[in-house]
Amino acid sequence: MLAHAIIFYFFSFVAIVSSIMVISTKNTVHAVFFLILDFVSVSCLFIMLGAEFLGMITLIVYVGAVAVLFLFVVMMINIDFAELKSGFLDYMPFGLLVGLVILIELGMMAVSWKYKPDFVVKNPITTTAASNTESIGLLIYTDYIFFFQLAGFILLVAMIGAIVLTFRRKDSLRRQDITKQVSREREDSVELIEVASSKGVRIND
Amino acid sequence: MISEYLNIIFFDSLKILALLVPVLIAVALIVWVDRRVWGLVQLRKGPNVVGPFGLLQTAADALKYIFKEIIIPAGSNKIIFILAPVVTMSLALLAWAVIPFGDNLYVTNINVGILYLFAVSSLGVYGIIMAGWASNSKYPFLGALRSAAQMVSYEVSIGLIIVTVLLCVGSLNLVDIVLAQKNIWFAIPLFPMFVIFFISALAETNRPPFDLPEAEAELVSGYQTEYSGMMYALFWLGEYANILLMCALGSILFLGGWLPLLDIAPFNLIPSPLWLIFKILLLFIVFALVKAIVPRYRYDQLMRLGWKVFLPLSLFWVVLTASFLFYFNLLPNQS
Repeated sequence: MLAHAIIFYFFSFVAIVSSIMVISTKNTVHAVFFLILDFVSVSCLFIMLGAEFLGMITLIVYVGAVAVLFLFVVMMINIDFAELKSGFLDYMPFGLLVGLVILIELGMMAVSWKYKPDFVVKNPITTTAASNTESIGLLIYTDYIFFFQLAGFILLVAMIGAIVLTFRRKDSLRRQDITKQVSREREDSVELIEVASSKGVRIND
Repeated sequence: MISEYLNIIFFDSLKILALLVPVLIAVALIVWVDRRVWGLVQLRKGPNVVGPFGLLQTAADALKYIFKEIIIPAGSNKIIFILAPVVTMSLALLAWAVIPFGDNLYVTNINVGILYLFAVSSLGVYGIIMAGWASNSKYPFLGALRSAAQMVSYEVSIGLIIVTVLLCVGSLNLVDIVLAQKNIWFAIPLFPMFVIFFISALAETNRPPFDLPEAEAELVSGYQTEYSGMMYALFWLGEYANILLMCALGSILFLGGWLPLLDIAPFNLIPSPLWLIFKILLLFIVFALVKAIVPRYRYDQLMRLGWKVFLPLSLFWVVLTASFLFYFNLLPNQS
């Protein structure tokens, strides 16, 4: 148990320190790297809790894909810190409001306040299933299938929205059409013409 | 109690060493195999001077790199610059922990083994991005951007291919995946997926014809431009360790892992690790042949192949496999 505790405190310490570093470093790329470290240590914590599936999915989705895109964007944008800091006071009240709301929500969770006293979790995750992955699958695809599908549709709509917003069709752009290239035959492109001497050829195109 | 912990640490370290040392030797040999195959295709001899058949060529190269000076560019971000090759190499070695070489021959056997492999291989992109960004130079940066886009794109299709295999197995455990192929290797019923997996693995490990992050013709050598000495060697060996890992993943998912070709006398007498090594080597030789034969893709063709061909095709196969298994009541683990 001692080793377990040491490892737990190590990962939670790393997670907290790196999340503080995310908001306190000056360099945005460093901030993203600290965010990645945070994700990794959180996924280690998931694994320590026995939620191995969640831990691995956190690694794959957040570290392997989302953070790569963050890094991609942050590396390419040249961020001017003076300009960013100029509007600081204007946005501060709103930021404080958002922070306060999150703090209150966290507090509610911490003192385990229930908005409905007789609230019971319908089919909590039981340990009867063989593995963690199986129990999550059973729960999502039987009891909460509607919510799960709804979340999927919202993501789909967001994805289509993002594509529609950024897609600009340029007709002036010459695109490669591979089927057209491959299906081109000799007859379509080359023609051998016998040229009579001192007559020349008129090419009609 | 302390002695108990020390015991665990000691025996686990022994196990890890027993895995890592052969893997590192295999990486060195595989570099030699790659260069020999490359040479044979081009009617050259390849490295044949150092040691018998040139087998020690990689060791000689590594020794040369160790004695070279490590140059760190003045404008670079030093910590990340040094960390990048370390990340590449250690991630490539980390994944071997879950590869099973036999029924009971593995360092660890975790329930989500295949997800672990997928996660570690998707982290591999960080070594390259870190190198490209920390070098503070144009060509490495362009190489890193290319590689980030390329690896993220091809990971999507690899993920869907893994889902197809998992539908047939009903477990995320690597040992279960191999044992599910007792009757027939998945390469036969899922042949199109095997081909797509192979091509995606080429793209995922930045091998030719998809080696655009390096592309020495246009980007000098991409993210590795500013690296020298031992740090360059770490990138180089890490890349090969990754290729070896992808070959191992391919043989576990599609070629029946350590299972013999046929379960009859001459075949099942050969010990199981040898079968896995044989299959990995077979896949690697195809990797090497592709490098020698196929010309490099253009970048837009690479992206087109990933998103417009492989993604729809693998998604279609997931749906097809699922419907087939469901309709004929073949889904595993029905409770």
